[in-house]
Amino acid sequence: MPVNEKTGEFTPKIVAFCCNWCSYAGADLAGSSRLAYPAEVKIIRVPCSCRVNPMFILRAFEKGADGVIICGCHPGDCHYSTGNYYARRRMTLLFSMLDYLGVESGRTRVEWVSAAEGVKFSTTMNEFAAKIHELGPNVRLEDLRCKNN
Amino acid sequence: MAMMKITREAMPALYARIAAEQSLILPVKTAGQTNFAAWEEGADVDLYTLKTVKSAKDAFFPQSENLYTCKTEDKKITVTPEKLTDEHFVLFGIKACDLRGIEVLDKVFLSEPIDTFYAARRAHGTVVALACAAPSESCFCHAFGIDPTAPAGADVVIWPVGDSFMWQAQTEKGEALTVLAGDLLTAAAAEDETALENARTFTKNIMTKLPYADLSLEGWGAGKTDEKFNSPVWDTLYKSCLACGTCTFVCPTCQCYDIKDYTTGNGVQRFRCWDSCMYSDFTMMAHGNNRTSQMQRFRQRFMHKLVYFPTNNDGMFSCVGCGRCVDKCPASLNIVKVIRAFEKAEKGETK
Amino acid sequence: MQEQLINRAKELLADGTVVRVLGWRRGDMDYNPEVAYFNSADELNDFVYNGFCGANLSKYMIEASKLEGRTLVFLKPCDTYSFNQLLTEHRVDRDKAYIIGVGCRGKLDIEKIKAQGITGITGITGTPDAVKVSTIYGDFDIACKDIRLERCHVCKGKEHRVYDELIGESADTRDADRMAGVEAIEAMSPEEKFAFFRAELSKCIRCNACRNVCPACSCRKCVFDSTKFDSAQKANTTSFEEKMFHIIRAFHVAGRCTDCGECSRVCPQGIPLHLFNRKFIKDINELYGDYQAGESADQRAPLVSYTFEDAEPGIVSERGSK
Repeated sequence: MPVNEKTGEFTPKIVAFCCNWCSYAGADLAGSSRLAYPAEVKIIRVPCSCRVNPMFILRAFEKGADGVIICGCHPGDCHYSTGNYYARRRMTLLFSMLDYLGVESGRTRVEWVSAAEGVKFSTTMNEFAAKIHELGPNVRLEDLRCKNN
Repeated sequence: MAMMKITREAMPALYARIAAEQSLILPVKTAGQTNFAAWEEGADVDLYTLKTVKSAKDAFFPQSENLYTCKTEDKKITVTPEKLTDEHFVLFGIKACDLRGIEVLDKVFLSEPIDTFYAARRAHGTVVALACAAPSESCFCHAFGIDPTAPAGADVVIWPVGDSFMWQAQTEKGEALTVLAGDLLTAAAAEDETALENARTFTKNIMTKLPYADLSLEGWGAGKTDEKFNSPVWDTLYKSCLACGTCTFVCPTCQCYDIKDYTTGNGVQRFRCWDSCMYSDFTMMAHGNNRTSQMQRFRQRFMHKLVYFPTNNDGMFSCVGCGRCVDKCPASLNIVKVIRAFEKAEKGETK
Repeated sequence: MQEQLINRAKELLADGTVVRVLGWRRGDMDYNPEVAYFNSADELNDFVYNGFCGANLSKYMIEASKLEGRTLVFLKPCDTYSFNQLLTEHRVDRDKAYIIGVGCRGKLDIEKIKAQGITGITGITGTPDAVKVSTIYGDFDIACKDIRLERCHVCKGKEHRVYDELIGESADTRDADRMAGVEAIEAMSPEEKFAFFRAELSKCIRCNACRNVCPACSCRKCVFDSTKFDSAQKANTTSFEEKMFHIIRAFHVAGRCTDCGECSRVCPQGIPLHLFNRKFIKDINELYGDYQAGESADQRAPLVSYTFEDAEPGIVSERGSK
């Protein structure tokens, strides 16, 4: 479990897959607007939310993530017209499967964040990080090889 | 050595007594299937199931095991080899066929260069064999000269007779286990020995009635490579093979493995895991693969068991007749069908 | 029916309609017929069709479609769904197949016979309703309804969805709720769910039989065979990999899985793999409307289509763990 050296508190690792056209720009706006969001959130830029393969999410958990959030353009606003519609179905089914296997459903989330929504980006990340703090470290999708080495 | 006896009721106490000293691996039923696993309080020990799904080879040659770990810290790389087992354990309830399987693995892993991981496990393991009482239709260990009622190569052999198990140590390690079992064992009486003889005769009699009782390995063995390799029989036999690894992974003698690296994020773990000659990436090298069709891969498995292995090991087959592939192949293919198909083809030729 | 099938196959071979026959060949026991190609009338004498011909031949049609000439294939009603699905995906060639829809009254599961403690089987004979199992330890009479394959209890019906001709009578053997198993798990607490799948999946030996037998798994190179993908190891090294493999396997066939039940039939460890596939089917039905893959060859699979009003992924946590 990653722990803050000073306070001894649990510091989760959160992976945010952000689409290049909306959400990544949203994060940028949050930054330039000086809106705070937790340093625990690590952003991975993807061309489209639809690029996120279910395996990316499982791999993130395997390598030590405690929460994974996928951000894309609002439905209807996809740079490629329809990518996020496909992503929406895929992620719904994947999250449902994880819930079915007994993995806490709060560890995964999808949020639509546009390039103009710096505030939404920051509040979403704060909310999500708070949720992960509440859930604690990921143990049900951990890979001990990565945890111990 | 003296024949002893232990009642079925006393078995849980025996498990607990052994497990207090060293780890105990025995057939345990989990989610409806029986496999060898470490005993723990409340485990559903199942000595009745004739064949565990996987063989007992995991105890000495686990499906995957770490070899060494590389770690990077700043600019330093440290390489830590995996420690060899130094803990004693008991493998309990292995059948005669699986025991022969271990003998086959010994030929591979204990000849030069010795596989130290395997050797360490062999040195620290005490093997308690359980004689068979009711063979199933897929058994054909007799074809390889195995007597299922007298497992060879164990430290202790136990026989189920009525409400008890007869117990006989075969080696010094076995004697030590007999001492550990202490008062749970009682000396067997003369009538117990008679009952045991009767039970053995009954089982041997059953063996002659099995569907594979007449299976003959004539035509197979050392030096038959040229004769079998180019046979057209392979071309039809492999057709329904799905190229899965079920047969290899349930087999007590399959010993091929792959060595792979796993990136943990701040280091690398090098591990080995069982491989299957049925897989398309088996023995894949930089130049590609030396067996490109499923027919070649299918042929490899059976040629290895029935021809190549005997050629290199004084005629010892690397099939033990456990019949797991007969039971488990999703496409109902198995080694017996291969042997019979050749028998049929060869008879047809001489007619 | 077996005689009828053999005779018809011989006719079709003789008049040149087909050049080979894909069917089941008599095994060395009564319960293990194997999938086989027959190239001549002579070879067809070993053809068998009985309660243990559970194998779905649609999968083999992928390879047969690459061969020269037409192949006669025998498909049971549920197998035709898989064939249709493969047609949709252009993985089989309709012109290369001559399909005889064979009658099916439910197929039997040898594991269920063995689970009753029956061993030393020397012969199995019987009628559609009951079988007589002869063993070296004695004979047993068993009702077929007690030893049917899991999939037959949730039979999709006696209709063949694609065929050139039909031979034999079929019966709908459905006597259970298809989603009952999934619902039972959904009703568990997260801890119970986790423990259930942990126990089941820890048995997995990664033999890939479930994948290789699956008619929907038709990729030429599976992601789990890729040497460039380091999560795709050959063995189950950790509990994570067991879950990873089974989630992804089921996900890759989600919306395309016809629920033919082959994965559960062949699993050497008896893992109820259909519970993964059916969870996706259930979710798809509930969220995107009822859909049966393979019902016809011109449907659009749910994961390659969308509507503007689709549910948001957040619905999973809103529905919550029941």
